[in-house]
Amino acid sequence: MQYLWAFLIGGGICIIGQLLFDVVRLTPAHTMSTLVVTGAIIGGINDWYDKFIEFAGAGASVPIVSFGNALVQGALMELERDGWIGIITGIFEITSAGVSSAIIFSFLAAVFFRPKG
Amino acid sequence: MADKQMDEQHYKKIRKKRDPGRPVLRNCVRAFLAGGTICLIGQAIQEAFIHWFDFDKQAAGNPTVAVLIIISVFFTSIGVYDKFGQWAGAGSAVPVTGFANALSSSALEYRSQGLVLGVGGHMFKLAGSVIVFGTVAAFFIAIIHWVLGLLGIGGGS
Repeated sequence: MQYLWAFLIGGGICIIGQLLFDVVRLTPAHTMSTLVVTGAIIGGINDWYDKFIEFAGAGASVPIVSFGNALVQGALMELERDGWIGIITGIFEITSAGVSSAIIFSFLAAVFFRPKG
Repeated sequence: MADKQMDEQHYKKIRKKRDPGRPVLRNCVRAFLAGGTICLIGQAIQEAFIHWFDFDKQAAGNPTVAVLIIISVFFTSIGVYDKFGQWAGAGSAVPVTGFANALSSSALEYRSQGLVLGVGGHMFKLAGSVIVFGTVAAFFIAIIHWVLGLLGIGGGS
């Protein structure tokens, strides 16, 4: 059941992205930024995005929208723990795995592969 | 100025003539199938982390994203992800694999300009805006929570 929801919801979010491309005619960069900011806003209201992930699993956590949510959740987590300074120290708390691995493996790819396609 | 206007009009005219209109429905179906499949794979990886490595549901999200990123960087490196992207449109761009693809394709493309100026300097060329706007938005949202917390309204997360 979780797999079905992951497929349907994840695909649905991609349709929203495609509509932003094709109908609103945003560039890919504008589309992705819009989705990330949307995720941050939804995540900032009553943890709505975390509840959405609880329901949709990877369908909600894999799209880039969840990156915005994770940034907010990191900031709020440390805000609660350390006070106002946590807003600055906590933003990348949760997303570190994604950002770090993307940088590291992209760098290694550039070192060991030649561009193709 | 007049030149620029002429150019713009000329461009619009050509664009109108050449643009066949985008096959929105077809693109959406492809985006749905491709994006859904990537999320399905993500779900399978997540379940694997939960069952075999004893992660709880919340903690399994991070290694799942990391594995998806490795897969995406690999397929970008061998030139497959970009071909897939031409077919899938937003279905390949919206999942976190698209973020990794943006980083690694920029890194590969500018490799010829050197490791520091090329790879280091251009890696975030496409994906940088996602991080910038995500971070700024998160900052202001957290500030709002902080102020609401000080005022005793709602507060916390």
